[in-house]
Amino acid sequence: MFMRNLLKAVVALSLCASFVPGALAAKTGEYGLGQPATQAEINAWNDDVSPAGDNLPAGSGSVAQGQRVYAEKCAACHGAQGQGGPMDKLVGGQGTLDTKAPVKTVGSYWPYATTVFDYVRRAMPFNAPGTLSDDQVYAVTAYLLYMNGIVQSNAVMNAKTLAAVKMPNRDNFLKKDPRPDAP
Amino acid sequence: MDSNKFSVKRRGFIGGAFLAGSALASGGLSRAADAPALPPRPTEQGAKLRPYGSPSPFEKGVVRVPVKLNADTDTELTSWNFTPLQDLQGTITPNGLFFERNHGGVPNIDPAEHRLLVHGMVDNERVFTMDDLKRYPPVTAVHFIECSGNGLTEWAKPTGKTVQITHGLLSCAEWTGVKVSSLLNDLGVKPGAAWVLAEGADAALMDRSIPLQKLMDDAILAYAQNGEALRPEQGYPLRLLLPGFEGNMNVKWLRRLKVGREPFYTREETSKYTDLLANGDARMFTFVMEAKSVITQPSGGMQILQKGERPITGLAWSGRGTIRRVEVSTDAGKTWSPARLVEPVQTKALARFVFPWKWNGEEAVLQSRCYDDTGYVQPTLAELVKVRGLNSVYHLNAIQSWHIAADGTVTNVHA
Repeated sequence: MFMRNLLKAVVALSLCASFVPGALAAKTGEYGLGQPATQAEINAWNDDVSPAGDNLPAGSGSVAQGQRVYAEKCAACHGAQGQGGPMDKLVGGQGTLDTKAPVKTVGSYWPYATTVFDYVRRAMPFNAPGTLSDDQVYAVTAYLLYMNGIVQSNAVMNAKTLAAVKMPNRDNFLKKDPRPDAP
Repeated sequence: MDSNKFSVKRRGFIGGAFLAGSALASGGLSRAADAPALPPRPTEQGAKLRPYGSPSPFEKGVVRVPVKLNADTDTELTSWNFTPLQDLQGTITPNGLFFERNHGGVPNIDPAEHRLLVHGMVDNERVFTMDDLKRYPPVTAVHFIECSGNGLTEWAKPTGKTVQITHGLLSCAEWTGVKVSSLLNDLGVKPGAAWVLAEGADAALMDRSIPLQKLMDDAILAYAQNGEALRPEQGYPLRLLLPGFEGNMNVKWLRRLKVGREPFYTREETSKYTDLLANGDARMFTFVMEAKSVITQPSGGMQILQKGERPITGLAWSGRGTIRRVEVSTDAGKTWSPARLVEPVQTKALARFVFPWKWNGEEAVLQSRCYDDTGYVQPTLAELVKVRGLNSVYHLNAIQSWHIAADGTVTNVHA
């Protein structure tokens, strides 16, 4: 057993010595493929928004403005009051997560308000993603937060105020995978 | 989830498939009393050459089945398309039957126009064409992809009628592409980087945060599947392949990798793909698909018509490594016997198992359970529910039970 392991180790070492530095372990810039990304190219696609508010754009939107955007762009799928139907329910559900019929909405489940902005700008409206202005996205985010009782009716969302919103369910996520947990 | 939320078209074909051989032998051919019971020799020429082949017309029933899992809230652009596991052999899923889940339809991308932007915490931020990527040393590997919502209807009660519906968000292919580590090492990752955002070029710009360690370990930027270019619905011309991680993270139509310090907390990893526990807490970042197995023949919707020899076969897989052992029970888990694993058994890939069985015409409950090379044993549903409750939706990898009635009818049960 010992001899076999020793043999394996010697073989492994010799493989490392003869092959890895050359063919397998790439050094930075060794291939020289692709083109340097210009700042304009990075700016064009670098639009993900973090919970700290990184990448939130200029602009703003109020709850009142958001109500109009919502009625025009969102209500047909998510219901006039965000109650859902035919698509996801967006409002309500707080206090249901530990019951037999949990209702997961922006208000009851989503941990970060910045994710609402990011997702609406990224993927909504479903049939015309990428068509809302940043002001419209701020506004409709404000309206969704208002309908969930998270901001006041006079709230205005912008890069600073949105990042400061604390969502009710933020601290109820376990961010480390504890599995395997059975058996 | 209510069974009436399950709007799948039943196919009469499933019931017949398992028994096609015996049906044919007993009455499939008409014959005169003195004629041999064999097909006549052909007297006409067959079909002409075709540029691209397709299955025999007699296999027309072997198709993916789209299912709206969330009642009325899915569309043809966002629903799931399930692989017909009951009709497949071996371990490789044909490209036309590989399961699908999209978030904004299937984009039609010209590979000459496609670009991959790699930016953030790298020394060299760069834009790659497909041709650039194909100039890196290629790698090829066989890996499964499973949606972490596979089986989500099965937590509280048996719901899916067939293995296509209970387990069909699972497929396996031979992938070719570039190791992500080749690319990132070439660009130089800055100290402190730990997470990478992967973003698709679909209408939803679907994006997920991936641990940098996983990308440097065994991730592949895949451009080919089973020897040909990716199919459009699998991410043509480029997808991320994260062996053993939940399907949603294997971002299709990949256009951007952004290297950073922290997770990006996208919608898909916060409001979706998080596992709600009974106490209201939710697990986030549960990426690995744990070891799981299922019997595919016989399985739900089939009927066994004859007693006697009837080999049991199925699939086993683990996102942590390699399947080491599969056992089969024909008495609802009271006793277990080892099944034969068909070589080759590869890491983070589907493995095929076979178990010789003679059906004696009596009621039976068939189960399989697998062990992977970490020592993990596939759990029972009760063991999973004890820890996770009934609200967690994702990552159901429990033992599946198929009930055989005295008339040979096979149904999905909890046992």
